[in-house]
Amino acid sequence: MADAPHIPDEAEMRARWGGFAWDDQSAPQVDGIIARYPPGRQHSAIMPLLYLAQAQVGRETGTYGWLPVPVIEHVARTVDMPYIRALEVVSFYTMFNQAPVGRHLVQVCGTTPCMLRGSDDVMAACKNKGLIKGKTTPDGLFTLMEVECMGTCANAPMVQINDDNYEDLTYDSMTEILETLAAGGTPKPGPQIDRHASAPEGGPTTLKAMVSENHDYRGEWA
Amino acid sequence: MSAIQPLADKDRIFTNIYGFQDWKLAGARARGDWDDTKSLMAVGQDAIIDAIKASGLRGRGGAGFPTGMKWSFMPKEPKPGKPSFLVINADESEPGSCKDREIIRHEPHKLIEGALIAGFAMRARAAYIYIRGEFIREAEHLFAAVAEAYDAGLLGKNAAGSGYDFDVFVHRGAGAYICGEETAQIESLEGKKGQPRLKPPFPAGAGLYGCPTTVNNVESIAVAPTILRRGAAWFAGIGRDKNQGTKLFQISGHVNRPCVVEEAMGISFRELIDRHAGGIRGGWDNLLAVIPGGSSVPLVPAAQIMDAPMDFDGLRDLKSGLGTAAVIVMDKSTDIVRAISRLSYFYKHESCGQCTPCREGTGWMWRVMERLREGNAQLHEIDLLEEVTRQVEGHTICALGDAAAWPIQGLIRHFRPEIERRIVEKQGSAPLAVAAE
Repeated sequence: MADAPHIPDEAEMRARWGGFAWDDQSAPQVDGIIARYPPGRQHSAIMPLLYLAQAQVGRETGTYGWLPVPVIEHVARTVDMPYIRALEVVSFYTMFNQAPVGRHLVQVCGTTPCMLRGSDDVMAACKNKGLIKGKTTPDGLFTLMEVECMGTCANAPMVQINDDNYEDLTYDSMTEILETLAAGGTPKPGPQIDRHASAPEGGPTTLKAMVSENHDYRGEWA
Repeated sequence: MSAIQPLADKDRIFTNIYGFQDWKLAGARARGDWDDTKSLMAVGQDAIIDAIKASGLRGRGGAGFPTGMKWSFMPKEPKPGKPSFLVINADESEPGSCKDREIIRHEPHKLIEGALIAGFAMRARAAYIYIRGEFIREAEHLFAAVAEAYDAGLLGKNAAGSGYDFDVFVHRGAGAYICGEETAQIESLEGKKGQPRLKPPFPAGAGLYGCPTTVNNVESIAVAPTILRRGAAWFAGIGRDKNQGTKLFQISGHVNRPCVVEEAMGISFRELIDRHAGGIRGGWDNLLAVIPGGSSVPLVPAAQIMDAPMDFDGLRDLKSGLGTAAVIVMDKSTDIVRAISRLSYFYKHESCGQCTPCREGTGWMWRVMERLREGNAQLHEIDLLEEVTRQVEGHTICALGDAAAWPIQGLIRHFRPEIERRIVEKQGSAPLAVAAE
């Protein structure tokens, strides 16, 4: 299990996170999240609440966030779920981080559609900037992961960094994105070449009227 | 067979698919969404289901099951304490697929209006839209669009003035491909690990919270309002018999200009690629093979696919499938064994671990595929691998085992000489004996 997360020492985790409670930003959202599900079905809220907790840990640590054991326990109590059931959920889904990550969580897609378009180059760009798969850089800025298909295949290769996608990458554009982030800047998300969303490069082959106006085609329906 | 005509812009359902214009309610309304939705509903539940049946719409999530028939399996009289649910599968994770993302971020109101109409037709109390966790910005659009719809009275009590009460909730997944399987998705919605359930009971009998549930793909739901507005005959008039309608194709890999585009079902592969994706990189002579429907379907060699119709039956005839219409194009520079081995790694990574043939088999198959890629194997192991794929296929609770087996079977079927070449070149006349472990 080379990929297994290196969960930090339990005593240290308890000392740091034992007093975890919802902060002013999270607390007002908790009831609304639970209310999305029928009465008595509050277990359904475990995933959104884990996201909420992970983001709060991120705010408190200046990182993208992770889920220390005492935090998972707190979330489990919030929905009256045994801790082990909550831990099962955390360890089953890859987006819940069981170990600390850096300020920028760099997730390079390596599945076949991205591989065909050059995800090896994207990985190489990360490597040459000192990022190591599964590790956080010593300055705490970047954590690199190779992930499975991110559903952005027509804009391959791509990387997701925290909440944003960067698409249609090359070695050079990936290097530039990492340099911009390291300098505290904000790279432009989305395609890094001359195209709009998933329209073909150079402009759409269909629906050209939509480019300049919100065209209503109903008048042309026969 | 007469050639299928390419779709005209006026016959495209997703006119804002590229997001050049406003995705919010005002922009969507100006394009015709939410236009007198209550009159679409006023014809009654059975008439809506009949219209969807007559349109020939088959599920757009991969399996191609007739959507109207699926809706008709739901109980007509929900029992007290057992409300019916619609679950909309937006867990788009099949490698190659990237269409639901475009619907959600640029046309969310088509989906939400479809949710109301479909939910009403199947007498559901509420819809849950299960969106994959990695679609972070897309989920923001979806949450915002649902909130707009509530504010405008289009959802909630007396939704859209129809007299019907209906809620729509958004639920984010968290990075598990298997949650695209309908019963795993239901488990996940209930706050558990996403491990598929044994069927029967089918979700229409006992699904979410033990209540009757239908799980539909995003595209299947989002096309429903337009089908009702324009009439079943309009939709059924596009494409070939039993393969009707429009379809979002997602073209990736070695084409000059990858894209997502809505086209007529049954359009030929050549027309699709030349018209919208700028042709094959290096020209048509440079085409090696195509995975026409997402990673789970077997690849098809160049000569067979070039003029094939892109629909359910046309690709089934090539021993492949339309799947989600995620077209992965590979030119002759491709290391085809690596391309398929990377998919084997994907399935190994995504196996939920519940069934032994899949849990053990996906890892075993990937390790053998990696050795075949290097030529570090014996010739008879090709047959052994093929046999193991047959042992996994059909012996698991869900179709992930099948999905892991089929790409390898397709590779061996069409590219055995390439695999053999690597083995022979690597080891000459005295191949090493290496166990799979």
